[in-house]
This record gives sequence, structure tokens and C-alpha cells, in this order.
Amino acid sequence: MSDEVLVPVSTDADVVAAREKGRELSAQLGFSSIDLTLIVTAISELARNILLYADRGEIVLRLDNDDGRQGIVVVARDEGPGIPDLELAMRDSYSTGNGLGLGLPGARRLMDEFAIQSEVSKGTTVVMKKWAPERV
Amino acid sequence: MAVPILKQGHYLIASIQAALSDSDVLQLQDDLVEQVGRFRSRGIIVDVTALDVMDSFASRSLRGIAHMTRLRGAETVIVGIQPEVAFAMVQLGMSLEDVHTALDLEEGLTFLDAQLKEPSDGER
Repeated sequence: MSDEVLVPVSTDADVVAAREKGRELSAQLGFSSIDLTLIVTAISELARNILLYADRGEIVLRLDNDDGRQGIVVVARDEGPGIPDLELAMRDSYSTGNGLGLGLPGARRLMDEFAIQSEVSKGTTVVMKKWAPERV
Repeated sequence: MAVPILKQGHYLIASIQAALSDSDVLQLQDDLVEQVGRFRSRGIIVDVTALDVMDSFASRSLRGIAHMTRLRGAETVIVGIQPEVAFAMVQLGMSLEDVHTALDLEEGLTFLDAQLKEPSDGER
């Protein structure tokens, strides 16, 4: 399996596909089953955000290596309306969609690193990472 | 993939078999709310043992099922939440609050029997 996978997201079946690809790729790194579930849940939240707010976008999954340490990188990209107030969007229970407002702050809690960039009427990109336990 | 719903006496048992898309979850919600009326069911068990992920949408929809069916006169129990899934739900900030849960199908049936004082075959 290649170490980068792109999943286009425009239907709710794509959200399921993104989760499955994410699990497959992360499983190569020796994550615990709890970590795998956290990663997959975070992917699911971001993929759904794309559907809810931008209609379409993509999830890119790839393996990363930092000084011998391996991790999974999840990029969620869309060219949707963008987020005017990022600070507000990252707050728990804040939502402009009909979600619970747990998507972004929730995904951040599930992963080790989380960065978001957004420009109004240009789109939103979220990059998040989780590092695998070091192998002895 | 649609979730099969079995009718057993006064209970409905929805056994999720595979990964759920959002529309599958909404379909299950509609089906259960409708069947509670059609079969005059008193209890519902939603078995999520096969689910390896439950995000905020799925959790919220399950809670919706429990609330809607309660308004229709039936108690719902969610059974089989996997340990990893429980962990992720708490991290995510998602709780099922006032929704009944049980370890597995057997515990769920015991719970409903106790709640509804029905024999476990639910036939009488």
C-alpha cells in the first residue's frame, strides 16, 4: 500500500471510506486499538465538516517521519465558504451548522497536533497528526 | 447498508452489522420510530457491537432514537459499545447522557425486562 491516500469527499459514503482508509494506513504504524479509534473518529469529524459546510473537499492521509518517529498525517481540505472566526469555531459547543459544535475542538482533542487555516470564501484546511508509539 | 430490525415479542432489536453512513443512521431512526407504533413495542435494543467508530453524528443520532422512541412509549437501550469507542466518545466530548446502555444484548434484555416487568420472551 502506498503511503499517501487521497479520498475525495462529497457524499456520506465518502466519510465512511475516509475512515476505512485512515484505519488501514494507521494500522501500519503499530498504533494501539484505542489510538486507531481516536484517529478514525477525528477523520470522521473532519470529513463530515467538509460535507456540512463546503459540500465537497478531500481528505489526504499520509505517513510522516520525524527523526525516526512515525506518525499519521490527516489533511482535510475544502474550497468552501471558509471560517470567519477561527477562535470561535474551535470553541466547544459552538456550531453554525446543525452539528453539536464538537467537530473541530473534538478532533483536536483526539490527535497530537492540530492546525487550521481558513480564508473566507476561499476554503479551509486542517492538518492533524498523531505519532505512533516508538518501537523498541 | 440498512440495519435489520428484529421483532421479538414486545421488543425491537436493531443489530448494526457494518460501518454506518449518516443516511443509514437516519434510516434506522425513521424505521424504529415507525415500527414502535406498528408493533406496539415497549422496548428497543440497538446493538452497536460491530461499530468500530462512533463520531458525534452517530452518537447524537442514537440519542435522538432513544428520545423519540421514548415519546412513542418505548424504552431504548444501547448495547455493545466497544471499549475503544467509549474512550473516543469521552475524548470527543460526546456522552449519551440520559440514554440507557448495557454491556451486551443479554444485559440489555435483562434491563428492559426489569424496567417493563415483562418475561424475557416478551410474549405475554
